[in-house]
Amino acid sequence: MTSGVDLGRPQTQSVGSDEDVVRVRQLVRTAAVAVRLSLVDQTKVVTAASELARNTLVYGGGGTVEVTAIDNGRRPGIRIVFADSGPGIADLDLALTDGYTTGGGLGLGLSGARRLVDEFDIQTAPGQGTRITITKWSR
Amino acid sequence: MERVPILKIGDILLVSIQVDMSDQTAVALQEDLAERIVATGCHGVIIDITALDIVDSFVGRMLSTIASISRVLDAETVVVGMRPAVAITLVELGLSLNGIRTALNVERGMELIAIERADDDHDEPDDDPVPEPTASP
Ligand SMILES: Nc1ncnc2c1ncn2[C@@H]1O[C@H](COP(=O)(O)OP(=O)(O)OP(=O)(O)O)[C@@H](O)[C@H]1O
Ligand SMILES: [Mg+2]
Repeated sequence: MTSGVDLGRPQTQSVGSDEDVVRVRQLVRTAAVAVRLSLVDQTKVVTAASELARNTLVYGGGGTVEVTAIDNGRRPGIRIVFADSGPGIADLDLALTDGYTTGGGLGLGLSGARRLVDEFDIQTAPGQGTRITITKWSR
Repeated sequence: MERVPILKIGDILLVSIQVDMSDQTAVALQEDLAERIVATGCHGVIIDITALDIVDSFVGRMLSTIASISRVLDAETVVVGMRPAVAITLVELGLSLNGIRTALNVERGMELIAIERADDDHDEPDDDPVPEPTASP
């Protein structure tokens, strides 16, 4: 499960167009700088967020992204939730396989995003939408 | 939608990406470049990504596609200015920028294209006298 307390108000961005995906990247970038992630970790978490926000748009039919600065008592971090009420993912193991795509992409978004963050939690079921929570801690 | 400008410098098209591109902008750039390569007859394309703080799978795929398209149109593409953090992240994401040539900066990119073109000219069979095909009886 996820850990750590919230610091401050979460920032929300709705995702309904590819311009919104750009806005998600900007929001995450600002938050990552604020919690003092290293440059490489900022780059990783913004890239992961870009992949997941695009999936929310393309496969989830749009949704919301919520960004929160957190702290687990030892170090600060950033938590991002991507939520949609789209078709959900029937075979999660398959979807998390490198190269698996139903949309003619590279099939690297989900599996790659998971590698780029410290914590990755996904809740999905057919017809139930998809909710992905990622966390990146400052080192 | 924002459009990324394409500059012509001699025999080279230079694209310096200065904005966080939406997916639509990235696709438009791909199409604009293909048109400009044909319209100008340029043999080199340099894409400067110094200002990009991330390259995700969409932009990565766009770069590979531009490289493939320009190859078909007889132009070389070189991507220059990739930040170290971007390179590290791309590898972890699992994106191998297949078929993409990279160089440190625009100057090195231009050198690389010049060398490539010189090699190509060397290999070019057009310069050799081709024997007339003998008419079959
Ligand atoms: N939010 C979502 N809702 C429903 N299905 C999803 C969602 N996110 C991902 N998927 C499914 O998981 C598959 C794998 O996603 P992933 O992001 O890894 O690859 P992709 O988007 O197809 O390609 P890429 O991201 O490399 O361009 C998708 O093709 C899609 O079928
Ligand atoms: Mg994807």
